[in-house]
Amino acid sequence: MPFDHDTMVAFSKSFGLFYLVALSIAVLVYAFWPSNRKRFENAARNPVSNEEDRPWN
Amino acid sequence: MIADLTRTERRWALTILSGLTATGLAMAIAGRSDPLGVHGWVILAAGLFGCIAVARRFDLPEPAAERLHHYYDGPTKAGIVLTLIWGVVGMAAGFWVAALLAFPEFTFDAAWASFGRLRPVHTSGVIFGFGGNALIATSFHVLQRTTRARLPDQLSPWFVLLGYNLFCVLAASGYLMGLTQSKEYAEPEWYADIWLVIVWVVYFAIYLRTLARRKEPHIYVANWYYMAFILVVAILHIVNNLAVPVSLGSAKSYSLFSGVQDAMTQWWYGHNAVAFFLTAGFLGMMYYYLPKRAGRPIFSYRLSIISFWGITFMYMWAGSHHLHYTALPHWVQTLGMAFSVVLLVPSWASAGNALMTLNGAWHKVRDDAVLRFMALAAIFYGLTTFEGSFMAIRAVNSLSHYTDWTIGHVHAGALGWAAMITFGSIYALTPWMWKRPRLYSAKLVEVHFWLALAGTVIYVFAMWNSGVIQGLMWRTYTENGTLAYSFIDSLVAMHPYYIARAVGGLLFLLGAIVAAYNVAMTILMPVSADDEIASDLPTQPVLAAGE
Repeated sequence: MPFDHDTMVAFSKSFGLFYLVALSIAVLVYAFWPSNRKRFENAARNPVSNEEDRPWN
Repeated sequence: MIADLTRTERRWALTILSGLTATGLAMAIAGRSDPLGVHGWVILAAGLFGCIAVARRFDLPEPAAERLHHYYDGPTKAGIVLTLIWGVVGMAAGFWVAALLAFPEFTFDAAWASFGRLRPVHTSGVIFGFGGNALIATSFHVLQRTTRARLPDQLSPWFVLLGYNLFCVLAASGYLMGLTQSKEYAEPEWYADIWLVIVWVVYFAIYLRTLARRKEPHIYVANWYYMAFILVVAILHIVNNLAVPVSLGSAKSYSLFSGVQDAMTQWWYGHNAVAFFLTAGFLGMMYYYLPKRAGRPIFSYRLSIISFWGITFMYMWAGSHHLHYTALPHWVQTLGMAFSVVLLVPSWASAGNALMTLNGAWHKVRDDAVLRFMALAAIFYGLTTFEGSFMAIRAVNSLSHYTDWTIGHVHAGALGWAAMITFGSIYALTPWMWKRPRLYSAKLVEVHFWLALAGTVIYVFAMWNSGVIQGLMWRTYTENGTLAYSFIDSLVAMHPYYIARAVGGLLFLLGAIVAAYNVAMTILMPVSADDEIASDLPTQPVLAAGE
């Protein structure tokens, strides 16, 4: 198959679709994975914690 | 500043600055008959000034090991000040070019004062000078607080901040001399572009090195946005600026791309500059300062993750909507249009997430103008992304493209979203950074808020009216099938709106000046003895940062 404009177009139109679908599924699975719930809840509280303003050493 | 550096870092600083001085000298010699030479002198002066500053303070005592038990906020403080200076300069340039459109005779017959040269001073001044400095300053602050780790060293943050500002100065002064690559938002020539790449790689390295030292295992979502901003801007900047200079002694270069490929590369860059500079970076700001100021965790952390990946993935393909009805293949235009429409989902997810976070804290929004800046930013973010998705549709674009509607859209985003979230964040950050109990004046924040809102609304409505009239006049045909209006007819119809736009811009500029004054007075505010932090102050004058 020659590497020309049509090759690029075919690749963009096919691979791009699967890439989009696969990435969307991966993100949704990661975001809603049950064991991640605790981690995300803790993370959300990160900016509002009232601890002292210095690094943990 | 220099007192904060260790002996080794001071040596490195001298080495870097000597290298900069030598490069400036080489440029000044090689480009003696070219504008490049002028920039050589600018770089030489910057390097020499830095060398002298470091050498004079080289023998100051090294910073105590105690410093490692504190965050390093020196660069953030300097960044806040630079943000406000660039904000006033860039917005003043904006007011100037707005006035030029209404009264073109104000160029005084001077080449440097022509619209074509002053306009990029405005766009680069506000996007890169104001926005970029705000992003660098806040990212260093957010990065340290959310990872519970100090920046990895004292030198590289200063290198990034000051090196970036050198780039901004080269850009703005170059435009006035007529230097441009003619690529929108990527006007600076090849040598300034190479310098920015170096600065940017160091910036990304600071992020990675701090994350590697993080004490908090989970990387907070604001950092994801900031990292996407840094990484993608690096990619965009390098690809779009691939060019070959005429010679090493000439500022002029030729792009690697030509024709429609050049246009596509430019708008892939241009729209992603909007996406990753003006959106992702400022979303990073919002996801930290808005919950922090409201005292409430983000409404849905999961939604912030989903919208992060939605935005980073989909924006990449949206750029071709800038090239509807051009030589670009039709399917590429359609692709850009489709992704722009779908982008509404993650965009509204972020805007909704921010507003839902405030749900239950509306009394704080009412009472606290600082939080109100952030709430308004989220509202404008939602409005602008809706408008943007809509304008990307080919049929709508046929009316809006090349008209002032686009300018109105951009300013709804830049003034309403990026600048509002920046001012809100800076107002929140300033008392924390300078250890003041409060801002100098809450009233002035209130004044600024209403100036900014009034300015934005006047600006955007003027441009909506102007743009739609312009678009309709350009496509109105007579019974004989000829155009009903000449271009000059549409120009005359624009005039009142151009005056209104200049007024809106002036109000926004006045607000920025009020902000700069308020922050400056907060920094200079004497700390009274009954303030709780008074015990934290040394009893005798010691060296201040920068001495």
